[in-house]
Amino acid sequence: MIIKIKQRVSTYFIALGMVWGMALPSSSKEISFNRDIRPILSNKCFACHGPDEHDRKSKLRLDRSDGSDGAYREKDGTIVLKPGSLEESELWHRVITDDVDEIMPPPKAKKEPLTKEEQALIREWIESGATYEKFWAFESPKKSDFPKVKEQGWSSNPIDLFVLKKMNSLGMSPSEEADKRTLIRRLSFDLTGLPPDRSELRQFAVDDRPEAYEEMVDRLLSKNQYGEHSARYWLDLVRFADTNGMHKDYYRNFIAYRDWVIRAFNENLGYDNFVRYQLAGDLFSEPSTDQLVASGFNRLHLIIDVGTALPEESFFKNVTDRVTAVGTAFMGMTVHCASCHDHKYDPLTQKDYYSLFAFFNNIEAKPETERGLKNGIQPPFVAVLSSDQQKRIKELNSQIAEIQKKAEATKKIEAVEKDPVKKKSLTEELTELDSEQNKLKKESEQINRTLPLAMVMKERNEVRPTHIMKRGQYDDPGELVSRNTPEFLFPMKKTGEVASRMDLANWFVDSANPLTGRVAINRFWQQLFGVGLVKTAEDLGVQGEIPSHPELLDYLAVLFVESGWDIKALMKEMVMSKTYRQSSLMTAEKLTSDPENRFLARGSRYRMDAEMIRDQILFTSGMLSNTMYGKSVKPPQPDGLWKSVTMIGERFKADSGESIRRRSLYTYWKRGMPPPQMTILNAPIRDACVARRERTNTPSQALLLLNESEYLKSARNLALIVLTPKNANLAQRIAFAFETVTSKLPDQKEQVMLSDLLKSLQSSYNSQPALADALCEGVQVQGAGQKAELAAWTILVNALYNLDITKTRE
Amino acid sequence: MGIGASAFASLIAGKGAAAKESPFPKARAKRVIFLFMAGAPSQVDLFDRKPEMHKLFKSKLPKSVSKGQRVTTMTRGHEQLVAPTMFKFSQQGKSGVWMSELLPNLSTVADDICLVHSFNTNAINHDPGKTSFCTGSEIPGKPSMGAWLSYGLGTLNKDLPDFVVMPSAFWSGKVNVQALYARLWGSGFLPSKFQGTSFQTTGDPVLFLSNPKGVDSKVRRRMLDSLSALNQKHHSEIGDPEIQTTISQQEMAFRMQSSVPELTDISKEPKNVLEMYGPEVNKPGSYARNCLLARRMAERNVRFVQLFHRGWDHHTNLPVHMRGQCRDVDQPTAALLKDLKMRGLLEDTLVVFAGEFGRTVFGQGNIARDNYGRDHHPRCFSGWLAGGGIKGGMHYGETDDFSYNVVKDPVRVRDLHATMLHLLGVDHERLIFPFQGLDQRLTGVEKARIVSEIII
Repeated sequence: MIIKIKQRVSTYFIALGMVWGMALPSSSKEISFNRDIRPILSNKCFACHGPDEHDRKSKLRLDRSDGSDGAYREKDGTIVLKPGSLEESELWHRVITDDVDEIMPPPKAKKEPLTKEEQALIREWIESGATYEKFWAFESPKKSDFPKVKEQGWSSNPIDLFVLKKMNSLGMSPSEEADKRTLIRRLSFDLTGLPPDRSELRQFAVDDRPEAYEEMVDRLLSKNQYGEHSARYWLDLVRFADTNGMHKDYYRNFIAYRDWVIRAFNENLGYDNFVRYQLAGDLFSEPSTDQLVASGFNRLHLIIDVGTALPEESFFKNVTDRVTAVGTAFMGMTVHCASCHDHKYDPLTQKDYYSLFAFFNNIEAKPETERGLKNGIQPPFVAVLSSDQQKRIKELNSQIAEIQKKAEATKKIEAVEKDPVKKKSLTEELTELDSEQNKLKKESEQINRTLPLAMVMKERNEVRPTHIMKRGQYDDPGELVSRNTPEFLFPMKKTGEVASRMDLANWFVDSANPLTGRVAINRFWQQLFGVGLVKTAEDLGVQGEIPSHPELLDYLAVLFVESGWDIKALMKEMVMSKTYRQSSLMTAEKLTSDPENRFLARGSRYRMDAEMIRDQILFTSGMLSNTMYGKSVKPPQPDGLWKSVTMIGERFKADSGESIRRRSLYTYWKRGMPPPQMTILNAPIRDACVARRERTNTPSQALLLLNESEYLKSARNLALIVLTPKNANLAQRIAFAFETVTSKLPDQKEQVMLSDLLKSLQSSYNSQPALADALCEGVQVQGAGQKAELAAWTILVNALYNLDITKTRE
Repeated sequence: MGIGASAFASLIAGKGAAAKESPFPKARAKRVIFLFMAGAPSQVDLFDRKPEMHKLFKSKLPKSVSKGQRVTTMTRGHEQLVAPTMFKFSQQGKSGVWMSELLPNLSTVADDICLVHSFNTNAINHDPGKTSFCTGSEIPGKPSMGAWLSYGLGTLNKDLPDFVVMPSAFWSGKVNVQALYARLWGSGFLPSKFQGTSFQTTGDPVLFLSNPKGVDSKVRRRMLDSLSALNQKHHSEIGDPEIQTTISQQEMAFRMQSSVPELTDISKEPKNVLEMYGPEVNKPGSYARNCLLARRMAERNVRFVQLFHRGWDHHTNLPVHMRGQCRDVDQPTAALLKDLKMRGLLEDTLVVFAGEFGRTVFGQGNIARDNYGRDHHPRCFSGWLAGGGIKGGMHYGETDDFSYNVVKDPVRVRDLHATMLHLLGVDHERLIFPFQGLDQRLTGVEKARIVSEIII
């Protein structure tokens, strides 16, 4: 039994270690409430002594010092927290005692007691005056002075100064710049999701001009693949998918929304408008098609088909899902926690939650979808017109109206006309007008029929009343609330009697909003460095992790707003930094002092996302299709997966031709059974908003990369390319394959290892022609020898695709 | 920040103030086999005997019983007329528990199972019902119970996944077949290595397991040798320990290429064992085959095996479909229990059999003595547990005469989860994962009860 417990303890231990990661060590001796104390209080105390009034015990809250419930209050002769005095502070006695009846947190809370280190921090804090600070993320970001650093020659880029200051305070120093091949590969993957092609690579590798790097950055930012790659992160965040995600999991069509997101990134739409369009695009006075399509953000939630659930419950669930998405995507807050009760940790009340809810429950749409809509479109929707089509439709409409008017006038005259000749000519005129009108109508219908449609947000004329729903129950309304933003944040400006969703959108992108900029910056940073400055990218609230570099986050947030929310400029600023350009080589010392590289004394190294791995294989083997936009595609997947889950007899039918070689962001996403090539490598199911993906390393991933049939076909295609030149020697061919896949040149040792592998594979295939035949099926190769050669090269390339350095961003 | 791992260790070692005794319950089970009857089987016809109903054939369900509770849109506004079961119940085993004639084989192991009649849930529709049953929450995005277990308990074997899911490829009740969702065995916010591995009935049992055409195991081995050497070389240059993980996962993948086929190969099973599971065992993808595989997995210490058998959603023609479904599951389920017992595995393997909710005592559609349908009913439903520290041969919980409301010892979904964890030696309030600012648990934030009355 003892052994069993030990085993279990060690797994818990590992699990916890993994979860909590390392604590961020303080860089200065001075105690900071936000950095050192609030996390302890929040974790251990706030559940019972925090913002949630309903569950508050002993009428005591430790999230604030003042007020009759606050930590400084005196009650029955006891003071919870007496600044400067441990002796008089009840809190201190309660966290250090051994008495199970006295200790806080109490055993029944199932929270571990404070560690010695935590106790030491609390002690120091009380002794130094027990001062409270406002929570950092709810205060507007401030630009602080650029720090003074020791190594002044390293960089003058403010990002680097902030990062270096932190390193200095921890006794660390930056790494060398990464070599040029690593750098261009890194940059190319981070900005476009694809590796550099060989000509870009070779050019850059020998271009020693100082401006070469910046030119490369600009070139990559202007590629169409930049928008595709950036869009992919956004699609995770807003849980974009091709099916409804509930019950019969019917097809739905949000293609226009995806196309818009890609274009918005490529055209560098300001992040303020990017947010505005999505939250309230439908409320512009004359909304453009883009604005309407973007408002489809409000429709991306899961939705059930009609017939089994209770519509009023479905309605409530939809709105909850929508508000949750707004919380995660734009606020970096877990607002939905307050749907049943006041938030346990953040100062968000249940009333705040339903006041926010009130902006999103006034949709003019059915709460459940029809069954089996062929086009996947449920009202309200708009047709997506090109600007030419838009112009034409406008022309047609006005012409039709004109004719209509004329016809009516003529009809009136005709009705009273006595002269039969005149009457006849009027009748003829009417017939003519009629046929002309029909012709125009036909053209207009023709355009409309072939147009892609997009589901959009639409406000009801009459504002639906909103109640606080007791315990978050859809059928238990309480107090009536009106639309408003959370009280603990700065107030919203109303433009009318009742606040509109547009007012809310404008509040989000007001420069005074402390969350919007930081939350976005943090995700963009995460895209480039693997981990955000706040690791918990989905939660910047009280229970989220505190930033590793708070001044840097603030600096970037202010800069972002000042730049007009210019995303490309921000990306450029970050990748131009020396911090970004460091080598990711690890020494034992660097690993021990900072295993997760939160202090950035080296470049980050981490496994790439599923989409990047697949796209890279297609790209480097010359298979990738460049077609952008449009409907989702179905690359082959193992048989039987849809069959094993469907209730409407769906079978997966793979596409063929170019479609199956398109970038992964266009892959059809069935929520009930997403493509395994993606989920095995940590892509989320897309039934909830995800701001950061996990990165694991599992045997199923190894099996996928070793055996997936399309990946093997790609390997074979690259093998064919390798074998094409007539007069290349073995070393040249190996170098070509190696460089194409890894962006690096093989050294002598790698040359030897790979040529040995090739030789023994070749002899295997020579001795088993049937095996070589099987691998070469579908390719025009003559002769057993050549087949064996192609087979051997295919497996060699397959090995290259399975190298750790290939799937890893370095 | 947060709980330091050291704090946790000191607590376990009994040094912490609050840790006077071990924080862990005693583990009775090492592994779980969960037989999930997707679509919600009728407790009225299978487990919850209500002889009084026969006198009330087609009479109105009293308002005092239904209390105007919500029903689905399928029967909203319809008259609620009692449709008694047409199936006979009798007492079985030494313990004399009541079983339906639909389950003659399961009746032979009645003394091993604990029938719970007082399950209840909030969900009235399949999707939220199953999501709640499998992940503890109706709202998608939470980890499944198997994921929680592999996260909390770690692995017992090195060549197989910890959490395996086996949906039946076919079933008899071919009406209203309800969808399954990857989230039912997903990892939610837990690292995805804890997600269930769904065994496929066509092609590779584990996705991408087999070498592609034109690659044999010798070629693969040779390629892996070079791959591993190259990765080692890069590790010595780059210094990232993650490269070592990649190497070991590639080796594990290679081992799985033999361990999984060995697991799914039933050719060496003795004839009498195969016969015990019934003729369907010979068809890949059948519930019977999956039961046999579940036993083989239990032997190999797979932590959590979950079978999904669909086809229980009988809004009409219930007796016909019910007979078919019971034919699918009765013999194999009984065989699984016997087989586990024979091998001494039942005592530390917890077996659970349940659907996402129950069905109404009032009929849906035309009601005859021998033909009727039933709508969804979340207020009470029956299921059973066996092995792994569970008392056999007992009924637990009671419903009213109409099998409508629980009148004694209610067991909510989270209570079942808490009890399962307890049997595995895990305190459900301590199995946590911090996400979105909360210490998330399988059992959620509301209090859950360990049903200690059914534990040995």
